[in-house]
Amino acid sequence: MRVPPRVASWLQVAPMALVFTTMVLIPLGIITVVSFLDYDFARVFPEIYLGSWTDALTSPLTLSLYLTVFKFLLITLAITFVVGFWLAYFLVFHVESTGWRMGLLAAAAIPFWTPGPIRMVSWVPLLGKEGLVNKALMNAGITEAPLDWLLYSEFSVILAYCNLLTLAMLGPITHSMAKIPRSLIQAAQDAGAREWQIVRDVVLPLCKPGIAIGAIFIITAVLGDFFMIKIMSGGQINTPANAIATELAAFQYPPAAAKSVMLLVIVVVLITGLLRVVDIRKELQR
Amino acid sequence: MTDPVKTSTTSPKKGLSRRSLLKTGAAATAAAAFPAPMIWAQNIKDIKIVHVGQSYSTIPNIAEQANKDLDFTVEMQTSPDNTAQVNRMLTQPKSIDVSDVPITNMKYFVGRGVLSPVNVSEYKWYDKTVPIFTTGKYPDGGTVSMQGYSPMKAQYYTDESGSEYATEPTDWLVGVPLYYNADTLGIRPDLIGRPIESWAELLNPEFSGKVALQDGTGVGVPDAAMALQAMGDVEYVDKGNMTRAEIDATIDKLIEYKKEGHFRSFWTNFDQSVQLMASGEVVLQSMWSPAVTEVRTRGIECLYNGMKEGYRAWYIMMMPMAHLEGLQRECAIEYMNWFNSGWAGAFISRQGFYNSVPENVKPHMTENEYGYWYEGKEATEDILNPFGKVMEKAGVVRDGGSLWDRMGNIGIWNTLMDEDRYLVRRWQDFLAA
Repeated sequence: MRVPPRVASWLQVAPMALVFTTMVLIPLGIITVVSFLDYDFARVFPEIYLGSWTDALTSPLTLSLYLTVFKFLLITLAITFVVGFWLAYFLVFHVESTGWRMGLLAAAAIPFWTPGPIRMVSWVPLLGKEGLVNKALMNAGITEAPLDWLLYSEFSVILAYCNLLTLAMLGPITHSMAKIPRSLIQAAQDAGAREWQIVRDVVLPLCKPGIAIGAIFIITAVLGDFFMIKIMSGGQINTPANAIATELAAFQYPPAAAKSVMLLVIVVVLITGLLRVVDIRKELQR
Repeated sequence: MTDPVKTSTTSPKKGLSRRSLLKTGAAATAAAAFPAPMIWAQNIKDIKIVHVGQSYSTIPNIAEQANKDLDFTVEMQTSPDNTAQVNRMLTQPKSIDVSDVPITNMKYFVGRGVLSPVNVSEYKWYDKTVPIFTTGKYPDGGTVSMQGYSPMKAQYYTDESGSEYATEPTDWLVGVPLYYNADTLGIRPDLIGRPIESWAELLNPEFSGKVALQDGTGVGVPDAAMALQAMGDVEYVDKGNMTRAEIDATIDKLIEYKKEGHFRSFWTNFDQSVQLMASGEVVLQSMWSPAVTEVRTRGIECLYNGMKEGYRAWYIMMMPMAHLEGLQRECAIEYMNWFNSGWAGAFISRQGFYNSVPENVKPHMTENEYGYWYEGKEATEDILNPFGKVMEKAGVVRDGGSLWDRMGNIGIWNTLMDEDRYLVRRWQDFLAA
C-alpha cells in the first residue's frame, strides 16, 4: 500500500505537533488566560483583572528588572564570545593532535562535574571576605582590607555566568570553525593575508552560525535564570525571572503569568531577530 | 473500638498516663481473652497513612519509630519546599492523609475544603498542651502577643464545617500543634565584641554591609519590622499585619538602607544562613535555631540570645485531610496523637525546637537534656543532637533560658498579612532597588 506524499508528511509531523500542542500551546494559552484574572491567597477568581498587565507593562519595576537583566546579558555575551572565540581558534588551528583537541574541549566542561548548588556554595570560600582570593591579596600586600565586591555583587554574578556559559559559546564556535576547509586558510595565506586578517575576514564570518547558536544558549540561560543570580548576588539583584519566582512562591499566579508571557515574547523576539541575521539552517547544511 | 496503639517497648512506664495505661491494659486483657486475630487488627494492618511534610518534620528515624509503635503503616513523604507542599495540598489533597505546615500558610486553606476539622475530644493531649495553643494565654494567665500569625488566629474553626477560623477556643481544632520556637538574631560575638540586646542593632550603621535578612515576606519582613520599630524609623499599629501605609513606610526605609549597602545578603535556605555566619560574611542576621547550632558545631562562636523587644515566634501544625473517613481517619488521628506522645517530640526537641506537650516529652529525655532544652538549666554533661553528635559541652546554658523565658517574650509571630498581595509587590521593589 502506498501512502500519498501529502498524508505521509502529515503523519510525520503529527507526533511533534501533538507534543507541541499539548505541552506548549495549551499550557501557554492557560497561562495567558490566568494573567487576566483576579487573585488572592493561592486562589484565582474567574473575574477579569487587568492590574497584573498594567503593572507588568507600565511600572518602573519592570523597566528596572529588564535593564538589569539586559546589562548582565550583554556583558556575559561579550565576555563569553571573546573567550569562547579565542579558545576555539586555539583549539582548531593551533592544537595539532585531534586527541589533545578533544581532551582540552572536554576539560572545558570541568565546571559541570559538580552539581549546580554545590558549585554555587563553593564560591564563598573562594571569594568571601575570609576567602582564598582576599587572603592571597592581603598576604601579598596588594589590599589592606578584604574586598567585599568579590561576592554578593554584580561582579560575582557575571563571574558565575561566564564560568558556566563560556562552554555554551565555545562548543558551537569550535564546531563551526572545525568545518572551515584548511584550503581556504591556505589560499588566504598564499594571497599574503596576515593571521589577524584571516581571522577577521575568513574565520569570523564563517563562524557566524556557531556564534548565533552560542548566543541563543546564553540569551535563554541568562533571561531564564533565577537561581544563580539569587545565590551569587545574595538575593540583592532582582530580574524578571526572579520576580516570577517570588510571585510563584507567594502563590500569586496572575502577575507571575503576565510577567512570564512578557518574558517569553521578549525571548522569542530576540531569537527571531538573531535568526534573521544568521540563517542557521542554511549554514548548518554546508 | 480498642485503642490501636501498641505499648511501645522503648517508652518507660512513667511515660504512660493513667488513661493510656487503662486502655492498653484493656487491650491486653482483650487480646488474652481472644487469642485469634481480631477483624479490626487485620484491617488496620492494611492501612497506610501518608504523612507529607518538609525536611524538618518527615525524618526517617521518626517514621521508623512510628511504624514500630503503631499497628498500621506510616509513610513519610518530604516536600522539597513550602510552596510545593501547599500546592500539593490544594491541588492533590487526596494524595495526602496527614500534613504538617507552618501556620502562616493557613490562609491558603480556609474555605478550600481540603482539611478535616479535629474535634477537641479526638486529640488525646489537648489538656496537656501548652496553653499558648489552646487558649492563647500563658500558664500565668498573661495573653500571648497577637502580632503576626498568633495561634489564636488559626487554631480553631468556628464550627464543624471548618469553613472559617475562630479567634477563640471552640470544640473544633484546625489541627494539632506540633512544634514551635522563639527565633531571634544570630550573633557573632567574636566579631562584634559587645552584647547585642535590641533588634535596632540589625540596622545599626556600625554593622553596615555585615548583616543579612531572610529573603521573604513571612520572616524577613517581621524581622525588619522589629528592627525598624526599635530604631524608631516606623510606627506600627500591628507590625504583624501592616496597613498599606505601614508597608510603604517599611519598604521605603528598607530601600534606603539597601542603597547604603547595609545588607550583605538575603538568604533563602538553612545552608546559606549557616555559611554566611560561619564564613564571617555577616556578624548579625535573621536565623533559625538549628542553624545557630550548626555554626557552633563547627567551632565558631554564635549567640542566639533574646532581644529586649521580644522574640519572633512560629509554630507548626499537623492536620488530617478532608478525604479521610472511617478507619483510615481514625488511624490518621491516632498517628497525630502518637506524634505528640513523646518520642517524636523528644527527637525534635534535641534539634532545638519545642514540642507542644512537654509533659509527654520529659520521660523520653534524660534529666540533663530536658533541663538544658526546656528548663534553662546548665548542662551537666554533653548535649547530643538526635544523631548522637555533640552539640554543646557540659556547663553550657541554653541562650535565652527556659521555655517560658523564651516563649514568654514574643514580640511578633511569623506572618502572612492581609495585604500580602501589596507586600509581595513592594518587597520586589526592595529587592530590585
